[in-house]
Amino acid sequence: MNWSNWAEFWAMGGHARYVWGSFAMVALVLAAEWAQLAWRRRLARRPEGLRGIALDKEVKAHEAANET
Amino acid sequence: MAAGRINWYAFAAPRRFYDLAGALIPWLGGLAALLGVAGLVIGLGIAPTDAQQGDAYRIIFVHVPVAWMSMIIYLAMAFWAGVSLVFNARLAAMLALALAPTGALMTFLALWTGALWGRPTWGAWWVWDARLTSELVLLFLYVGFLALHAAIDDVRRADRAAALLALVGVVNVPIIYFSVVWWNTLHQGASVSLSSAPTMAAIMLAGMLIATLALWCYCIAIVLARVRVLIVEREGASKWMARKEEWT
Repeated sequence: MNWSNWAEFWAMGGHARYVWGSFAMVALVLAAEWAQLAWRRRLARRPEGLRGIALDKEVKAHEAANET
Repeated sequence: MAAGRINWYAFAAPRRFYDLAGALIPWLGGLAALLGVAGLVIGLGIAPTDAQQGDAYRIIFVHVPVAWMSMIIYLAMAFWAGVSLVFNARLAAMLALALAPTGALMTFLALWTGALWGRPTWGAWWVWDARLTSELVLLFLYVGFLALHAAIDDVRRADRAAALLALVGVVNVPIIYFSVVWWNTLHQGASVSLSSAPTMAAIMLAGMLIATLALWCYCIAIVLARVRVLIVEREGASKWMARKEEWT
């Protein structure tokens, strides 16, 4: 291990804001990307949503057309 | 087709691909998390302080992986865009579209971490150097691809127009990669090369490669997840989708 204590680790030899600014932004962006996609996924699948209702109509119309 | 062989073409059907991707995502995500933690421990904890740059050099453990991914994802996006144009394949177009946001984010992160590294080592957040400028052009290409796709209402037409843009823009990737060789840049040359011995300590190289592998797994997982969402959005009205248990 390169560090002898936590204070030294967080200080990063005086370059704390550059090092932590880089790692924090990467973590933030990746987390935000996941969260946005999870939200979009829920929206796309929600049956009670406007989109879901429209899809439901299409499915029913398709099934009705196939039956006749 | 011989018995026991897998018919890979079957996965070109969005429905089959949807299930395949769903099975792969948890494994890739888990692997990304494990490798990511290992990379962080090596990069931030174990690797020694650099003699010239002090601890600012530790930015390399995120900067190089995101910069590599920004170029690799563009190549993958242009490849699938080309496949979608030639074969008029729906899934290939969805793959290209799913790659673009992740590629744009990787490019942004490469520029961001580069600025935070440039400040303590060069004394400047930004310089109009060939490497930095061509990477900025890459960000504009990703944003242009997404904007063009969003501007056209008919998705299949949007796929074709954006695919053309992706293919034209691919010329920028070798320019980024070789910019440090072709021009006299402030940005340093390649840290890792296939043709010569690495110029960095083994533990630093190991941390960087592990972090890169972690990011590979992350990017593949999130792109597959985005393709699944795109399939639901575009083909949600198909009966197979409507009847899936997950639909509820």
